[in-house]
Amino acid sequence: MDLVPQLLFTGIGIGAVYALVALGFVLIFRATNVVNFAQGEFSMVAAFLMVVFAVDLGWPYWLSFLAALGGMAVLGALFNLGVYYPLRHRSYLPVIISTIGASILLANTTLALYGPQPQVLPGWFETQGILAGGVFFDSQYLLIIGVTAVLVAFQYWFFEHTLVGKKLQATSQDKEMASLLGIPVAGMIMLTFVYSAVLGGIAGILVAPVLFVSIGMGSTIALKAFAATIIGGFGDVTGAIVGGLALGVIETFGAAYISVPYKDALGFLVLVVFLVVRPQGLFGERVAEKA
Amino acid sequence: MAPRASAVPHRLGGTLAYAAFALLAAVLAGALPLSGYALNILMQATTYAVSVIGLTVVLGLCGQINLAQAAFFGIGAYAVGLGTTAWGLDFWLCLGLGLGAALVLGGALGASTLRLGGHYLAMVTISFQQILTLVLVNWIPVTRGPDGVPGILRPAGLADGQRYLAFCILALAAVAYAVWRMPDTRLGRAMRAVRDNELAAGVVGVDVYRTKILAFAIGALLAGLGGGLFAGGFAYISPDQFTFAESVVFLTMALLGGVGSPAGAVIGTALLILLPEWLRFMKEIPGLYLALYGLAVILIIIFMPVGIWGFVGARLARFRKAAPAPDRAGDLVLARAAPGPHPALEVVGLAKHFGGLKAVDAIDFAVARGGVHALIGPNGSGKTTTLNLLSGLYVPTAGRIRIDGRDVTGLPPHARAAVGLGRTFQNIRLFRSMTALDNVIVGAERPDNPAGLADAGALEARARAALAFVGLEDRADEPVASFSYGHQRLVEIARALAGNPVLLLLDEPAAGLNASEKVALTALLRRMTAKGLTILIIDHDMTLVRDVADRITVLNFGRRIADGDAAAVLREPDVIAAYLGEDAGQGGAGRAEAASPRPDLAPV
Repeated sequence: MDLVPQLLFTGIGIGAVYALVALGFVLIFRATNVVNFAQGEFSMVAAFLMVVFAVDLGWPYWLSFLAALGGMAVLGALFNLGVYYPLRHRSYLPVIISTIGASILLANTTLALYGPQPQVLPGWFETQGILAGGVFFDSQYLLIIGVTAVLVAFQYWFFEHTLVGKKLQATSQDKEMASLLGIPVAGMIMLTFVYSAVLGGIAGILVAPVLFVSIGMGSTIALKAFAATIIGGFGDVTGAIVGGLALGVIETFGAAYISVPYKDALGFLVLVVFLVVRPQGLFGERVAEKA
Repeated sequence: MAPRASAVPHRLGGTLAYAAFALLAAVLAGALPLSGYALNILMQATTYAVSVIGLTVVLGLCGQINLAQAAFFGIGAYAVGLGTTAWGLDFWLCLGLGLGAALVLGGALGASTLRLGGHYLAMVTISFQQILTLVLVNWIPVTRGPDGVPGILRPAGLADGQRYLAFCILALAAVAYAVWRMPDTRLGRAMRAVRDNELAAGVVGVDVYRTKILAFAIGALLAGLGGGLFAGGFAYISPDQFTFAESVVFLTMALLGGVGSPAGAVIGTALLILLPEWLRFMKEIPGLYLALYGLAVILIIIFMPVGIWGFVGARLARFRKAAPAPDRAGDLVLARAAPGPHPALEVVGLAKHFGGLKAVDAIDFAVARGGVHALIGPNGSGKTTTLNLLSGLYVPTAGRIRIDGRDVTGLPPHARAAVGLGRTFQNIRLFRSMTALDNVIVGAERPDNPAGLADAGALEARARAALAFVGLEDRADEPVASFSYGHQRLVEIARALAGNPVLLLLDEPAAGLNASEKVALTALLRRMTAKGLTILIIDHDMTLVRDVADRITVLNFGRRIADGDAAAVLREPDVIAAYLGEDAGQGGAGRAEAASPRPDLAPV
């Protein structure tokens, strides 16, 4: 097997997961101007729901998948009502702290209910993958890359070519004006949270067979996804995707050529370099507050 | 984020009582027969509280989040742990090293991120926290990995557990006292100003970035101190004591007790260390604890954002005796605009483009010393953009700005304030959780204030004089959030006046004022110019502009279309056309926003 193309493939696969979670970040950020620090926990909870349905209860994989996503939609709605909505008129700091509290609540409730042992979720396909041109294409990574591509295309179509998508854009740009135009702003924000939770859930379910399903997986993924959004440019959809893929590749090569235990540190270093050198990211514009 | 709910013990008696109480607590801790269990609980509470007080500074005073408090706590602890065992160093030296490391790392981490918004800071501190845990666990040759560091030594003379505890209590008392006094120091006021309104803080003369880094570094330093004391107290440390979960515990302690005051930090720490001891059964289910902490964080933020001490303190404040009324405020002295060689303001070829939009397109004008200069123009003509360029909130695309002969084009807002630029905002920007007096004191503290305010007394006297000048001396000690819109505007003007500016920029001061308030504003502007102040005013209210302006510059579509003596400018056909539209004669105004000034534009 050729190492470099193999690492590239794996890096893009893992980067696609970061990109999906980063998309959830960006959507909520654009709708509410707040970073949701529990975004990673959405992935973790969905992976555990999957373990409960598909492994513990033995439901068919597709049914478990739909049930888990249904659960994520409900969680997204409850999250909005309990964590964001009461604080919507306060500054960003209380909201950040509230979502951090929610992240801890979700992670540790799962821990209390399911215990600390990491769980194993089988992949969607029976076959492990295919060997082509000296590179092993793992079936789960192929699935991740495919689903990410479809979701990104769907999101583009949804925001640019549907009325609801345009209303969501209007809401994110100017809530007051949107509400004067008769757009149900509260409903649009609710929709954003539900969709972000489902998106994070899909990412968690897809990545679960590659990693172990553990309590800590949420915060790990969230940190990477956040780094991806900074690399790409905050609030920018293209940036989130490119940043996610770039981070996945950097990390995979770092683990292979530098150090395995410190591969998470590598992502952090890239993050700090971008913060210092180019805080607006690859695609973002520097925005100044207006007086 | 929470208003400061506690008053500083101004009187010497209060300070002495506090010192006596702290000594008594230390003596009791040293002398009472304590069980090993009680000693451990007290040791943990005392050292944790020092670290939580660090959050009082960074989060409570300065409004910046730090989710790596346990990492800095760990840095202090490992310095003492490794230093007294592996490296064979003296305890005090190790403690100093730990403090230094926490301070430097805190400052560096803050410096990398604090120019950006709070979201970045939250994520970067979480990342730093994770990295530190990775290093502590994996860098086994140095940190000894997951096994931790046993056999940590205490300083000579404090080897006994209870004597060491007494020492920790004194250290906590000293730290709490320093932070208790901090809000009314220059740095503390700057931190509160940054927390309440970053943009206004910069324009008033506070170096926002530096203030945030200092707050962050002090917070990290206190965590390092707490950690160093903790290591000596327990003689054994391991990486799992300094994880993200512990950072969350620190945050919960600070929020529960009340993040606005060190008293809240102590209360929150004590509660969250004692409660779990009383509810031991919860420890049997892993995760239940932290789940409840997470829930508590959400509930506190939603329902009790000021925390326990903030809640209690606000009620106690009603019973506290009001401070003795100060003597009659003195007259406000403003340095006269000296007839120097340079105009107060000189703008040459100033331009600001937003993409293809030329909001300001190569304008020139000068503001002579003394009197009122008005900058007018229809909506969208570039007035506010010009003002933001002048005060340093925008970077110009081209051109130079000179204040009092000094080129300030490349300077940040606070440095322009130091040169002598004062400003008010169209949408009022006060430090909302502070009193009117504190707002104005921040203004008086602008660097290089020519009024030369040597001590706190002079500073307060100047602030009171500025408030008296705008007619608000009786309400000086009330929080500005309770003021009417018109009064808030006056406080903003007083804040700028206290800094004794060379040039005062007033951004639509008449906006939102009723008729009688406008009359009062006109009189106030006249009194200001009578004292020799130079004012550049932007306003739509043509009555006001005609009444007060000596000279006028008119902008339209980002370009200067007229400049000169007020009466002459208002008669120029170009100016009338810009305001009323080309076919003004038929009454068809081209621009809707010209509707209000129209009646006033009749021949002057």
